[in-house]
Amino acid sequence: MASTAVGQSVTRVDAVAKVTGQAKYTGDFIFRDMLVGKVLRSPYAHAIVKNIDASQARALPGVEGILTYKDVPRNKFPTAGHPYSLDPAHGDKADCTILTEKARFVGDAVAAVIARDELTAAEALKLIKVEYEVLEPLLTPEAAMREGAPLIHEDCPGNILSASGYDIGDIEGAFKEADYIFEDELETSIVQHCQLENHISCAYVDSDGRIVIITSTQIPHIIRRIVGQALGIPWGRIRVIKPCVGGGFGSKQDACLEPLVAAMTLAVGGRPVKLELSREECMIATRTRHAFKFKIKTGVSRDGRLIGMHIKAIANTGAYASHGHSIAMAGGSKFRILYPMQALKYEPCTVYTNLPVAGAMRGYGSPQITFAVESHLDNIASKLHIDPIEFRLKNLVKEGYVDPLNGNAVRSCGIRECIARGKELIKWDEKKARYKNQAGSRRRGLGMACFSYGSGTYPVGLEIGGARIVLNQDGSVQLQVGATEIGQGSDTVFAQMVAEVLGIPVDMVHVISTQDTDISPFDTGAYASRQTYITGMAVARAAAEVKEKILDFAWGMTDIPAHALDIKGANIVYKHSGEVVMPLAEVALHTYYDTVFAKPITSDTSNNARVNAFVFGVTFAEVEVDLKTGRIDVLEIYNVHDSGRIINHQLAAAQVHGGVGMGIGYALSEQLLFDEKTGRPLNNNLLDYKLPTIMDIPAIGVDFVETFEPTSPFGCKALGEPPIIPVAPAIRNAVFDATGVALDRLPMNPQRVFEKFKEAGLI
Amino acid sequence: MPGFKLKVNGREYRVEAPADITLLDLLREYLGLTGTKEGCGKGECGACTVLLDGQAVNSCLIPAAKAEGAEVLTIEGLAAPDGKLHPLQEAFITGGAVQCGFCTPGMILSAKALLDSNPRPCREEIKVALSGNLCRCTGYAKIIAAVEKAAAVMAAADGKN
Repeated sequence: MASTAVGQSVTRVDAVAKVTGQAKYTGDFIFRDMLVGKVLRSPYAHAIVKNIDASQARALPGVEGILTYKDVPRNKFPTAGHPYSLDPAHGDKADCTILTEKARFVGDAVAAVIARDELTAAEALKLIKVEYEVLEPLLTPEAAMREGAPLIHEDCPGNILSASGYDIGDIEGAFKEADYIFEDELETSIVQHCQLENHISCAYVDSDGRIVIITSTQIPHIIRRIVGQALGIPWGRIRVIKPCVGGGFGSKQDACLEPLVAAMTLAVGGRPVKLELSREECMIATRTRHAFKFKIKTGVSRDGRLIGMHIKAIANTGAYASHGHSIAMAGGSKFRILYPMQALKYEPCTVYTNLPVAGAMRGYGSPQITFAVESHLDNIASKLHIDPIEFRLKNLVKEGYVDPLNGNAVRSCGIRECIARGKELIKWDEKKARYKNQAGSRRRGLGMACFSYGSGTYPVGLEIGGARIVLNQDGSVQLQVGATEIGQGSDTVFAQMVAEVLGIPVDMVHVISTQDTDISPFDTGAYASRQTYITGMAVARAAAEVKEKILDFAWGMTDIPAHALDIKGANIVYKHSGEVVMPLAEVALHTYYDTVFAKPITSDTSNNARVNAFVFGVTFAEVEVDLKTGRIDVLEIYNVHDSGRIINHQLAAAQVHGGVGMGIGYALSEQLLFDEKTGRPLNNNLLDYKLPTIMDIPAIGVDFVETFEPTSPFGCKALGEPPIIPVAPAIRNAVFDATGVALDRLPMNPQRVFEKFKEAGLI
Repeated sequence: MPGFKLKVNGREYRVEAPADITLLDLLREYLGLTGTKEGCGKGECGACTVLLDGQAVNSCLIPAAKAEGAEVLTIEGLAAPDGKLHPLQEAFITGGAVQCGFCTPGMILSAKALLDSNPRPCREEIKVALSGNLCRCTGYAKIIAAVEKAAAVMAAADGKN
């Protein structure tokens, strides 16, 4: 059947509101007499709060409340945006309190002020006197794991948060069988999401005594639960509202502000309080991406087959767990499908340190391990004198492969086609020949890297999606989803799905974009690139149910059996001929007002998906490297993705553009820096932290290999996070190709590259 | 509190607000024009860009007192009074240049300042004009294309007039 809506580049449903300034974000909800909350942050990376004297601050006119750890509930709660686990053994790590009596990083929340305005709040912060007992700051995993190091969390020996990995096959046997063994060490840096909208929440107590939190979040339903846990109150006493969100990229898949803002409104009798972080706070006191160090050892056969790989990883998770207990494992699990081999051993170790909290960020561990493995593979290919593409083609996964550990099957796989397309786009063979014998200080090179990823979290996590559809009197529908629009375009693709199933134009689908835990269907939210795939299943089912009810109702009106009818172009038609029977609007009107048969048509559907779909793709990059300065320019870059069938090409391409842009920053310039002795942040602002500007991003080529994923009603798979994953290693491999220097660390900024070139004798 | 007199989106306003208020806060909190966004408050991200007498400025860095007597254009004032969208707004919509939308008002206004002074900019000129506006969603690709499209549409419309 030809698609009417799915597969079309439909305009975003929120585009007009966003280009006219009408779209409402959390900060745009301005209540009369709204109070301002501010946080007093620790200047020490590791210190015990001995005493807090807030008397002067309390006396400042305009100060409405001061909170310290003594004034707020001291329940330990987890902040990670995962579904609640009924099995306590698999629950998220509960290591946070709303305010702390032990500072674990520079920026940890020690006290809070609620005041009539920004200035008064800032003034009051200065008047709070805190006496600290300063402890040794543990700023690297090595320092934190050292024998006898102080404990960052009392209940966590060795400061090791998590060390669960996996072991497939006999790794030692594989190494014996291999003809060659290769070893590499690679590392990645701490970077930050830098979504344009800083973290912000506001809260008040409504006339029923319930706490209402308007917040910029990816996970409204999960936030409700976490606030309940933090405050120790029934979850139903909390209502979370998510308006438009100015980007998240994982930093808002976490309860960074909501428990505190809820405590703030309770402290001032339920009056509205706004808690908005500055950019400087946002960059250190929300979440960052884990820095990883990898040691990889690989056995390869003479003909270039991967026999076994042993990966050791150390991840720096910072001061609190957030998602730290699952990220290293998630990255290791999603990558392993790409190159099935007889033995694969993964030993990650995630370590607490006194640095800002690392959590979820686009790709969730995959960009790190993919950088390491894909760089390592190019090193091997070079030593074996095999073309890096040939090397990968010998080892790539094929359709039908089943992950030996979690049972997820590869049911659609276009990775080979992605590579072929990328190779063509960048003119690989032609340029490889042209760049063979370069001299001079500016050299060009080509690189590529592959990735695999999942669509959602099954079977590790619950994958539940909800959708509710109401047929309006005019034949249009309202669509409510629990999935969270944060800029990626999910509302629009869901509207397309409903339009497709119901046979109506997309503009007859009115999406309720604001999430409200009192009203919206239950869904766990925007993460793991899950929504189009997982929530899409619920949307498809809800739309199918509405359609069935419409055709049944039309049967009653016309005596034409439902099975002979269809809906096309917002008309009820004969299925066999397409001849119009009556407008859908007429049926819809009767469902409301027929004095005998009226029964408005709705569907309220939840779908618990027990499937996952692997996605694949590749980046091809061409760089020019200036040997004199260490500067790397990306001349051309192409991402080709197998994300199944593409629901909306324009939105999909936009996701890829954004991911590649973020990947270029990750590769070349971005890194949060800290004073090596004190742990104080050095560049937590948008001037000193080198986020790519419009001048730094070259033209980005995007293409899709559209497979059809059988577990999705629309054939689609994940896309949101993946575009960033292979970018950094592709650029790194291009630099390797251009210069022969095997860079082993991100970011590859001029200073670091220059040093490596010097080491290699190029300068 | 002192009174400010300024013209925003063609309307005259007289507002009482603190003397040290920034133009950004005045627009958002006193005039209810929340389309202008704050991403850093330090002039680093460009989300708060408005046009002050036709110049693109970071409204977070402009004391409201400096806008006294000036004409300010915010995103809310860009469409024609009959609601017809500006070609830049149209191009951002049809070209898919909007994602989370937080940088969008500032991007569009920086682009407007460019097109008003240079109706047929080349790609490099567009990039320079938008180099103070950060975006984390789009990789800037569709934004550049949208500005090019709007310039072409406006030039064609000029040709007809």
